[in-house]
Amino acid sequence: MATEFSQKFKADAKRVAGDLRHRELIQGALRKYEVVRDSCKEAFQDWQGAREGAAERKSDAIDHLDTYLEEFASKLEARGTKVHWAGTGPDARQIFLDILKEKGARSIIKSKAMTAEEIHLNEALEKAGYSVVESDLGEYIVQLRHETPYHIVFPAMHLTRGEISSLFAEKLGSAPTDNPEDLTMIARAVLREKYVTADVGITGANFAVAETGMVSITENEGNARLTAALPRTMITLLGIEKIVPKLGDLALFLPMLATAGAGQALTGYNSMYGGPRQPGECDGPEEFHVILLDNGRTALLADAEQRDTLRCIRCGACLNVCPIYRNVGGHAYGTTYSGPIGSVITPHLRGLQDWKHLSQASSLCGACSEACPVKIDLHHHLLQNRRNAMASKPVRWEKLAFRAFGWLAVRPRLLEALMPFGRFGQKWFHWIVKGGRLDPVRVWTETRELPAFAPSSFTQLWRAKKRAEAAR
Amino acid sequence: MNTCYPEAGMSMVKVLERLGHAVQFHEDIFCCGQPAFNAGYWDEARMVAGPVLETLAGDGADAIVIGSGSCGAMLKVFYRDLFAKTALEGKAAAVGERTWEFSDFLVTKLGVTDVGAHFPARVTFHDGCHGLRELKVKQQPRRLLEHVRGLELIEMREAETCCGFGGTFSAKFPAISTAMGEVKCASAADTSAEYIVSNDSSCLMQIQGLLDRQKKPIKTMHLAEVLARQ
Repeated sequence: MATEFSQKFKADAKRVAGDLRHRELIQGALRKYEVVRDSCKEAFQDWQGAREGAAERKSDAIDHLDTYLEEFASKLEARGTKVHWAGTGPDARQIFLDILKEKGARSIIKSKAMTAEEIHLNEALEKAGYSVVESDLGEYIVQLRHETPYHIVFPAMHLTRGEISSLFAEKLGSAPTDNPEDLTMIARAVLREKYVTADVGITGANFAVAETGMVSITENEGNARLTAALPRTMITLLGIEKIVPKLGDLALFLPMLATAGAGQALTGYNSMYGGPRQPGECDGPEEFHVILLDNGRTALLADAEQRDTLRCIRCGACLNVCPIYRNVGGHAYGTTYSGPIGSVITPHLRGLQDWKHLSQASSLCGACSEACPVKIDLHHHLLQNRRNAMASKPVRWEKLAFRAFGWLAVRPRLLEALMPFGRFGQKWFHWIVKGGRLDPVRVWTETRELPAFAPSSFTQLWRAKKRAEAAR
Repeated sequence: MNTCYPEAGMSMVKVLERLGHAVQFHEDIFCCGQPAFNAGYWDEARMVAGPVLETLAGDGADAIVIGSGSCGAMLKVFYRDLFAKTALEGKAAAVGERTWEFSDFLVTKLGVTDVGAHFPARVTFHDGCHGLRELKVKQQPRRLLEHVRGLELIEMREAETCCGFGGTFSAKFPAISTAMGEVKCASAADTSAEYIVSNDSSCLMQIQGLLDRQKKPIKTMHLAEVLARQ
């Protein structure tokens, strides 16, 4: 049966897919991305080799996750960081609330973190009475709109400058402007104030270096640096799959993330955090907490077929090239992680039967797997999710239909005998109901014409050819 | 191809025979089983694919040539998954080895790029996803088209973008499928080509279905039909 999630997805996807303005805006932006991405790929001596290497490094990290995580945590702790382990979203939220309570915090500044979206952190903090402000410009914009991020890298890419200007005018009282720099300055004026008054800064992380016990954060606006540096307490939330074994691995992963994610040679700011302010240092937070989040990841680790999804560096490259994403947009998915990676892992994180429709909403074109810098076999995982969903809970009529088709398909003589009926029906009757409610193939004919049955099938033409050859 | 596009099949036969090959056709094979496989019903897929495999495994032909990247990928790539750890595992691997998508067979296996075709028209080529990404068929059809007399090949921007067919996907999510097809058609129209040519009839069915509904003059044609023209 269709779940409420699948019905909502279908309705939202249909609405957005038919929205030509959305199509132009998103696909226009992503076509520009493709151009810059390709020129950055050129800067790699061997992009395919780099993908192989990255996949290998991340596989090593995932295959020995227990060892690397311990190494990472113990190195951090040796410099005075408090490391917390959160099994689930609620566990992680509770850890946040406990720290905030202990620090007597009121005001929180936060930089971009998809893991925070995953555990619905902002809602929980606001409900507990804290004020949380997003410092990444895109995130700040969607926060003002009470929306979730549209894209895991570009949260507000669905909005035009005009829409952002009106939003700022309405929420911040600024004068309307079409200039991106002016818009940035409006947000900056608000945010700078928040940095200096915030008691706690919350960040996500892009990589966790086991060798040195350091968190690596990639960003373009400098907002994560301010979020980390100015408040007295810094809390970093990251998924346990963020591990890379060696510091030197970043020499590959940082340019790769920038290239695949945004078409940049290197992201504007790449910062490493290894602990709170050390004796003799003049800046940095007095207290540093790192929360390592599982939330279904160890279950993925136990899945031999799809373990490679833990290599994901959340670059968003698969979203950018996905023709489904490009047509339905990020919000239709109704998930934290949208696009191909979201369609693959959401069933694991939030239940296969509730989220299998995302694996079905794919033409299996494979553009995602081709684009993935760490070579996750995304589109084949969609097939596996479909198989697993149908094996555990088949749709009865569908199974029956495929069984009937299977029975017919191995009886070509019968099929051949039926063909004239099909030809006759299509020619004389189908046009009466075509595209309407009574049309049995309405899902096709509402927007498309059906191909006509050929006057003679290939089998018939083949036999005629063989007869003619024999007669010669 | 049997029911709606027999000309594509007959054209393949014509081209292969012109190159001196003996062609046989299995009348008892109707479908490779991909629809059930893609929908997640692997038992039902094996009902169809099992007999296909048995027939092909014992037919003594040097090569199995398929005029569809999608069905080709099913035989070459996905039968291995479908029949993994079953009694037919070995046959699936052996049949996969002998299976070729039509243009790949001509160019890679036979080393032929000029089949002596003549087709004076402006053509743009649509890369079927399964052929492109599962079978790595990209340059093969282009090499063949470049050698067709009178043919002008104009690449479209979205040549590698999916047309939105995707089998049962097109029926389960018609709105998404249609939007994808519209993007494809618009990109093809930008080239001023008269024909959209591809090596996959299922993509062409989707594209032609949309073009007909929108009453666009551009036509679709299977690669084999172009190559058969003299």
